[in-house]
Amino acid sequence: MNKVRTQLMLCGGTGCHANYSLKFKETLQAELQAKGLAEEIKIIETGCNGFCAVGPVMLVQPEGIFYQKLTPEIVPHLVEEHFLKGRPVKKLFYTEPASKETIPRMDQIPFFANQVFWVMRNKGVIDPEVIDEYIARDGYFGAAKALKEMTPEQIVEEVKISGLRGRGGAGFPTGLKWEFARKSPGDVKYVLCNADEGDPGAFMDRSVLEADPHAVLEGMIIAARAINAHQGYIYARTEYPLAIRRLGIAIRQAREYGLLGKDIFGTGFDFDIEIYQGAGAFVCGEETALMRSIEGKRGMPRPRPPFPAIKGLWEKPTILNNVETLASIAQIITNGGKWYASVGTEGSKGTKVFALSGDVNNIGLVEVPMGTTLRKLIFDIGGGIPNKKKFKAVQLGGPSGGCVPEQYLDTPVDYEEIAKVGAIMGSGGAIVMDHETCMVDMARFFMDFVQDESCGKCTPCREGTRRLLHILEKICEGRGEPGDIELLEELSGIIKEASLCGLGQTGPNPVLSTLRYFRDEYEAHIQEKRCPAKRCVALLKFEIDPDICTKCGACFRACPAEAIAWKKKEIARIDKAKCVKCMTCFDKCKFDAIS
Amino acid sequence: MGTDFHPNHPDITADMWERIDAVVTANQGVPGSVIGVLRECQEIVGYLPVELIDYISIGLNLSRSEVFGVASFYALFSLYPKGRNLVKVCMGTACYVKGIKEVISRIENHFQVKQGDTTSDRRFSLEPVRCLGACGLAPVMVVNSDTYGDVKSDKVVHILNKYE
Repeated sequence: MNKVRTQLMLCGGTGCHANYSLKFKETLQAELQAKGLAEEIKIIETGCNGFCAVGPVMLVQPEGIFYQKLTPEIVPHLVEEHFLKGRPVKKLFYTEPASKETIPRMDQIPFFANQVFWVMRNKGVIDPEVIDEYIARDGYFGAAKALKEMTPEQIVEEVKISGLRGRGGAGFPTGLKWEFARKSPGDVKYVLCNADEGDPGAFMDRSVLEADPHAVLEGMIIAARAINAHQGYIYARTEYPLAIRRLGIAIRQAREYGLLGKDIFGTGFDFDIEIYQGAGAFVCGEETALMRSIEGKRGMPRPRPPFPAIKGLWEKPTILNNVETLASIAQIITNGGKWYASVGTEGSKGTKVFALSGDVNNIGLVEVPMGTTLRKLIFDIGGGIPNKKKFKAVQLGGPSGGCVPEQYLDTPVDYEEIAKVGAIMGSGGAIVMDHETCMVDMARFFMDFVQDESCGKCTPCREGTRRLLHILEKICEGRGEPGDIELLEELSGIIKEASLCGLGQTGPNPVLSTLRYFRDEYEAHIQEKRCPAKRCVALLKFEIDPDICTKCGACFRACPAEAIAWKKKEIARIDKAKCVKCMTCFDKCKFDAIS
Repeated sequence: MGTDFHPNHPDITADMWERIDAVVTANQGVPGSVIGVLRECQEIVGYLPVELIDYISIGLNLSRSEVFGVASFYALFSLYPKGRNLVKVCMGTACYVKGIKEVISRIENHFQVKQGDTTSDRRFSLEPVRCLGACGLAPVMVVNSDTYGDVKSDKVVHILNKYE
């Protein structure tokens, strides 16, 4: 075996791929070859590291040096300095935005230092396409224990003790779900993994699948043993090609090692997994709709009961768990339910992964213990709001969730506590918004999503969400009338009560939660025909305030329609006949002079 | 096969029919296979003309309405031909907050194409898509298989001009 002195853990997640990490990898490989270092320094492409904001990123092991924003051009310098002369390259270090200090080691960067890695314990540490690396990190140890030493009852009991709740959004206790399915009579049962991550702004499932696919497979094997199922399906989003490819590799390797297929661990237990690709329908995240889709039908939900634990896929008892839930299972079995339950709050145990994005400095994946406050999440780990702008709200739970404004930022991450302030934990999407975001427009955005994704089966959801959207569009276009707010509230109530599935029952939440905290913005749109955040095009005048204009000409240079007249030392003016209302000048004006 | 002749269609060549037949034959009698078959056939032809949907339904021994129902339900399937370059603009929340709306209106104005439509010269199809899960790069645009992050309205035309 060659002696490898240094391992370069290069992030191979979707975000870094899009920032040309593959080009960087090729260049680096060639350079290492040219300098005769290829034998002692190995590049390993890992799954998503989570710190997408500064990608492409690379961790140099064993030193723990963290490099960010890598480009092919920097390669010769990097190899020469660090790998030949042993001097880490300072200009590629992470810089703390507030203090402008550079931080060389990954574990010292606040973004990582404040996190607890359980679900994401292998991200950026192993090569997701090599099963041995997963096994070296105690992988498949939990499955071995579950199959060889535990009865199905004991497995279910351990998961119940852990207090683990479904991470897909609703937070149903996982152990209970398994118990129902275990007790349900029948020889044929199914274990399904919901990897149809559809909430806009949530990408933790994609990252877990890309970085640690075996953890999900192991969770499914344990689940199968607990309910005595012999076939599993992973319902994966077709928009995630890299995750699907890595899952495919993982399944193939697990079969080769006898961890899937016949007679697993010599216990006589058979279980195999197939990947099923979705075809782009948000409602298929709903469990009954997902099962219909695997059956090759239109993905429409059906009334429950009977619950899937009694009658699910192909009318057989079925459990459906989310990716993050399944990725927690192996560690619960290995370390015990009590270990898992030792972290968290009264009703919410363990850790939760959030996808932090929007107007926040450190965009990426963040795993925190339950009970962490939203303030810590956004300001300590997320690094606060960029460009010295002001925090306005954080949207949690996607189209089924709501906005949490500043006064509730000390709310802990806990299923019940978050519900109290009008949002939901959901799958963990956390989109931070600064004061330039219009909350009426946000509600309109989510309603556009919900009405488009409504499957059309039940009337309250199909028609109701469309009406909500029309009213919101009307308000954003400056045609709002008195009484519209009350109508929104009344309609929302009816849709929530009368809809068939979770999509409709939670669909009006973004409207209700913005009304709860930002009613004044709705009123400004309706009564004064004014958009306080300056986002609703129809309510803008496209005029430059001569008192604020600094005559800098930034708007003039940016305007694509040549609609702005400006000369040096003169106030700019917008020609409304030529203006295409593209908003470019609004973004370029640093002085907020355009309204 | 349920039928041994191929319907005439200008967009489907003999070679394509051969590949379509292989897909359909491999999935005959497999329960729940229709979504996979439609996916593979769309990859071969580029979209799903009605004649092809009918052909698949006969091949899989399903009713035409059932196959059409599935094809029209899922966002992945298109019943109309696409442009030479597929421009996907991410409509996820993060991209929305970061200004994808302005990017879209810029594309619409400059290339004279509406969301979900194709330019008259079939150069571009502009498709708003659901969250691509690359929120770290928001706003995100994907042209064919190239992903562009941090796309701003003043840069987008320049990027698209590279595609003919």
